[in-house]
Amino acid sequence: MSVLVDKTTRVICQGFTGKQGTFHSEQAIAYGTNMVAGVTPGKGGTTHLNLPVYNTVKEAVNEQQANASVIYVPAAFCMDSIIEAIDAGIEVIVCITEGIPTLDMLRVKYYLETHDNTILIGPNCPGIITPSECKIGIMPGEIHQEGKVGIVSRSGTLTYEAVKQTTDCGLGQSTCIGIGGDPIPGMNFVDAIKLFEQDPKTEAIVMVGEIGGSAEEEAAEFIKNKITKPVIAYIAGVTAPPGKRMGHAGAIISGGKGTAEDKFAALEEAGVITVKSPADIGKAVLETLNS
Amino acid sequence: MNLHEYQAKKIFADYGLPVPNGMVVVNSDEVIKVISKYKTCDFVVKAQVHAGGRGKAGGVKLVSSEDEVIDTVNAFLGQYLVTVQTDAKGQPINQVLLEEKCKINQELYLSAVVDRASKRIVVMVSTEGGVDIEEVAKNTPDKIFKIYVDPLLGVMPNQSRELGFSLGFTNVQIKQFSKIIMGLIKMFNEKDLYLVEVNPLVIDGDDNLLCLDGKINVDDNALYRQPDIKKLRDKSQEDDRVNNAHDWELNYIPLNGNIGCMVNGAGLAMATMDIIKLYGGDPANFLDVGGSATKERVTEALKIILSDDKVAGILVNIFGGIVRCDLIADGIIGAVQEVSINVPLVVRLEGNNAELAAEKLNNADLNIISANSLQQAAKTIVDKVGKV
Repeated sequence: MSVLVDKTTRVICQGFTGKQGTFHSEQAIAYGTNMVAGVTPGKGGTTHLNLPVYNTVKEAVNEQQANASVIYVPAAFCMDSIIEAIDAGIEVIVCITEGIPTLDMLRVKYYLETHDNTILIGPNCPGIITPSECKIGIMPGEIHQEGKVGIVSRSGTLTYEAVKQTTDCGLGQSTCIGIGGDPIPGMNFVDAIKLFEQDPKTEAIVMVGEIGGSAEEEAAEFIKNKITKPVIAYIAGVTAPPGKRMGHAGAIISGGKGTAEDKFAALEEAGVITVKSPADIGKAVLETLNS
Repeated sequence: MNLHEYQAKKIFADYGLPVPNGMVVVNSDEVIKVISKYKTCDFVVKAQVHAGGRGKAGGVKLVSSEDEVIDTVNAFLGQYLVTVQTDAKGQPINQVLLEEKCKINQELYLSAVVDRASKRIVVMVSTEGGVDIEEVAKNTPDKIFKIYVDPLLGVMPNQSRELGFSLGFTNVQIKQFSKIIMGLIKMFNEKDLYLVEVNPLVIDGDDNLLCLDGKINVDDNALYRQPDIKKLRDKSQEDDRVNNAHDWELNYIPLNGNIGCMVNGAGLAMATMDIIKLYGGDPANFLDVGGSATKERVTEALKIILSDDKVAGILVNIFGGIVRCDLIADGIIGAVQEVSINVPLVVRLEGNNAELAAEKLNNADLNIISANSLQQAAKTIVDKVGKV
């Protein structure tokens, strides 16, 4: 078992024939991901990386029974690509692209509210991976190892840090989900944690948050009431000054809200094990599972 | 991206939001034109800088004679205004806004912002205007009223009426206010804004509503489709180093410490600053070098970090991702050879081919200390630079 994606997931790529789409699809195929097709409007009927290319997502779903899609199209066109994938009935949409206008994401979220069968991961994220089964995104496959820790994170490379540590201490990962660094993400911490709670393979959950917004506080509230598995959390940005956007569009302390201190406090109050050093994540999971 | 008050008010006016009569000047010669246009010397003279707290910092003056207008404008232009929201140096004043004085019966607060929790634009008003709204929210939350805007329907007249009644408006004012809210949301959507704040919105001497101040923050991600807004960017209000970094697509934020950081990825960059602090050091900056840590980018990043005189050591922390670490090591070695570095440099590379990368760094015969974990890297640089 795993969360959202496994070796049976039939993955397509939107923006397939572009530079990013090509490079990361090659990597995904080499990893063993069940890529079944690609979509590039105007290039339908051709083949790319030995896979069929379609003009529309709908065709790829009809012809190849695709149920997951990864999006590498430029930010200006992402809203359209996400809506197209939702309309075609794709169940898991992973949007890697950074820099989508916030108001576009408000509209996408609004559309998703009436389309319960679709989950959007991202945008501005590394993607999702179930080790040894399915890699959808830009993460380096080789640092992952099949195992028992579910990881959910707002960051890219900081997720790799948590992955590497849980691999090095022999625990491995069930599934890792990068929900992305934007202020209006698709899936949030609560959605991911809920799935990990239900997944028999996941024995512990690692949550990597950062300053800005209140997603961590909402997760804390949810964990307190609904989650039985141990949750280990780290929040980046203790040293971040207020009012500055720390690289991610969503990483900003505004009006005194969204500080790392508040998030740590909310999580601790909910019984979450927190670590103050990003280097201690793996160790804390190991100690928790051994205790 | 932030706009100046005078730029924000120009956009307000385009969307039918009432603003005081006024003009911006960039030298005192233009003052005469403004005086002859409005046939008065009763002005509010407002320094235009990207920072709040201008009033308390002396950046807003009331004047009533020609000499006073000219003297005040001259006193402002070319100076730096230090407010509670700026650093010690302050923000340069290159434009001054002259506005006709008006009588104020009441000060209110109005804002619209993208609310992350509800995924809606939220419009917020308060009877407590002209003061710090965060204090109002904390101490008297019952004086703040909100409506959420449906992305499909937009704002409904009943919603703006509801807000207007909670502010105790007359029927005439309710009509004015509805027009303001409709214009505000139209502007918000059409101009891709992230925040609009009118603090204060006032009831003037004739009992009419007037936007006395205006602040606009535009969504950076949408600037590609807002060419007119993009032109309004005032680089003089931003840190040169930040702008320089921006040109190289590097994300740099100067801080007060002495350990320079170069990291790939925003989350890891924050985590790196945090771990430096945890071991007793103090980070000099946030710097996200982005996905491709090539020689050119690393070189520029090092130059930017070293342009800060406080920097007494540098920590480079790169998690390689799909790019091989030995290639990144080549880039770093090339960059260090190009930029002369007289402070300790600790480099931690993790990911594919990390061992080979460390070997390359150690054999490069440069002043680079290679670290094999984040913890060790942080400890080493703090040891070298000293705790604070």
